[in-house]
Amino acid sequence: MAKIPEDLKYTKTHEWVKVEGEIATVGITDFAQAELSDIVYVEVNTVGQQTEQDKPIGTIEAVKAVVDLFAPVSGEVIEANESLKGAGAKVNTDPYGEGWIARIKLSKPKELDKLLDPAPYAELVKKSEHH
Amino acid sequence: MNTDERRFLSGPYLCNLRNLRFSRFLSSCFYSGSWARFWFLTSRDSRIVYPSMLKTPFYGKHEAAGARMVPFAGYDMPVQFKGIIPEHNRVRKTVGVFDVSHMGRIEIRGRDALSFINRMTTNNASILEINQAQYSVFCYPDAGIVDDLVVYRLEDHYLLVVNGANNDKVTKWLEEHLAGNVEMKNVTEDIAQLAIQGPEAEPVMQRISSIDPSGIGFYWAATADVVGVESLISRTGYTGEDGFEVYFPKEYADKVWDVVFEAGKEFEIEPIGLGARDTLRMEMKYCLYGNDIDETTNPLEAGLGFVTRLDKPEGFIGSDVLRKVKEEKPGRRLVCLEMQDRAIPRPSYRIYAGETQVGHVTSGTMSPSLRKGIALGYVKRKHGKAGTELAIDIRGQRSPARVVKPPFYKHGSRK
Repeated sequence: MAKIPEDLKYTKTHEWVKVEGEIATVGITDFAQAELSDIVYVEVNTVGQQTEQDKPIGTIEAVKAVVDLFAPVSGEVIEANESLKGAGAKVNTDPYGEGWIARIKLSKPKELDKLLDPAPYAELVKKSEHH
Repeated sequence: MNTDERRFLSGPYLCNLRNLRFSRFLSSCFYSGSWARFWFLTSRDSRIVYPSMLKTPFYGKHEAAGARMVPFAGYDMPVQFKGIIPEHNRVRKTVGVFDVSHMGRIEIRGRDALSFINRMTTNNASILEINQAQYSVFCYPDAGIVDDLVVYRLEDHYLLVVNGANNDKVTKWLEEHLAGNVEMKNVTEDIAQLAIQGPEAEPVMQRISSIDPSGIGFYWAATADVVGVESLISRTGYTGEDGFEVYFPKEYADKVWDVVFEAGKEFEIEPIGLGARDTLRMEMKYCLYGNDIDETTNPLEAGLGFVTRLDKPEGFIGSDVLRKVKEEKPGRRLVCLEMQDRAIPRPSYRIYAGETQVGHVTSGTMSPSLRKGIALGYVKRKHGKAGTELAIDIRGQRSPARVVKPPFYKHGSRK
């Protein structure tokens, strides 16, 4: 079973968000990392830029697939986890901790209301896990 | 066009975290499972909707091992167990086991079996001795490739092992060309096939078979008892490592599987999925049908000249066109490209020399052994020499790539 911490907000595209004050820390969920598996590196080429909710802010390269990372909220991308440039495996081993990907300074805090709480996100994962 | 469509069209490996929302997208890649799993369905011919997935005789073993399953060639197949990188390394370091029961197996018998096979395939089957195997190719009259295969000459018949995704197509193709005293039987569903691959494959085989496998040469076979089950063992594989493929009646699948894993315990033997099968073969420049070769490519440009015997006296289907191709030299070549930065090339990415596009990628991955991006791709002939500096367009950014001599991985234990 994919881990889904209670204290985070989620997107339908499998990002998680942790809000502290006006700063949102962003990563991908345990479900997403397991599906991708073998992440090689993560690139966030938007640091210092303004982004809108749902816009791509980076890419995640796994051995056999590449996916976009979407901004769960609007604001300025203020920081990227530099350690993932050479060691993407951290996203696999600790997606909610050392595998965090970017920090965004919220410009529209109200958008947080549109994000999923753990329970509805768990439902979404459940639907996706089995076919 | 939205991002998703654009990305899908630009290559089957690309997916993004949004795909889950787009059932249209999922159906467009004929994929009905969860979102990231479709990536392995690289072969056009394998992306077919089957009303019900077939199961190999080892399905229960895969489930028990916690494999992630994907539809491949009509079968529900394990794409990975632990992860591509650890599985890849297991095969390079000691030994791993692949369920390759999805491969198509066709028996050919009769007085004219040899001449039939010789007419249908590019390699020279007349040189085969009993229990010898050879890699070969079926071509269309225009020299496009129907499939690649292994031909075994056995005591009283030939066994053709073809790609699972092409099994039906090849069977029909052969049926259409049957001539003389030839009998053909597709035995795919009767037989289980395991590939035991890696530098420690031989001691594993030693423990489970009635004969000494060290006597089997590369691309030779023998019939033997494997735990009391009459089997065909050949020293063949798709990894670049030493290894064997074992064919036996599917009823014994569970029994043989258990014995193989017991025998390999001290080498930390593990099951290996399609994901690592793909990275292993790519490091050796072994072609994958549907990616690197298909009906639009010919064996000479794909670098399969070594199995294209234009000197066969009777010729073969496609030989006239290939003779011309050889005289004029192929306009493009399938080459190995090594990335010079950390970028990872994917199928369909464009290859450039300066500002001019000179080809495209047909297979690409991060190489677990080399720890860098590698690609197979077709480039115009004059750009195909080892050492040539080219660039690959990685989603809008050019990354330097160098043409290198095959294989990428040079330390394989293959005999």
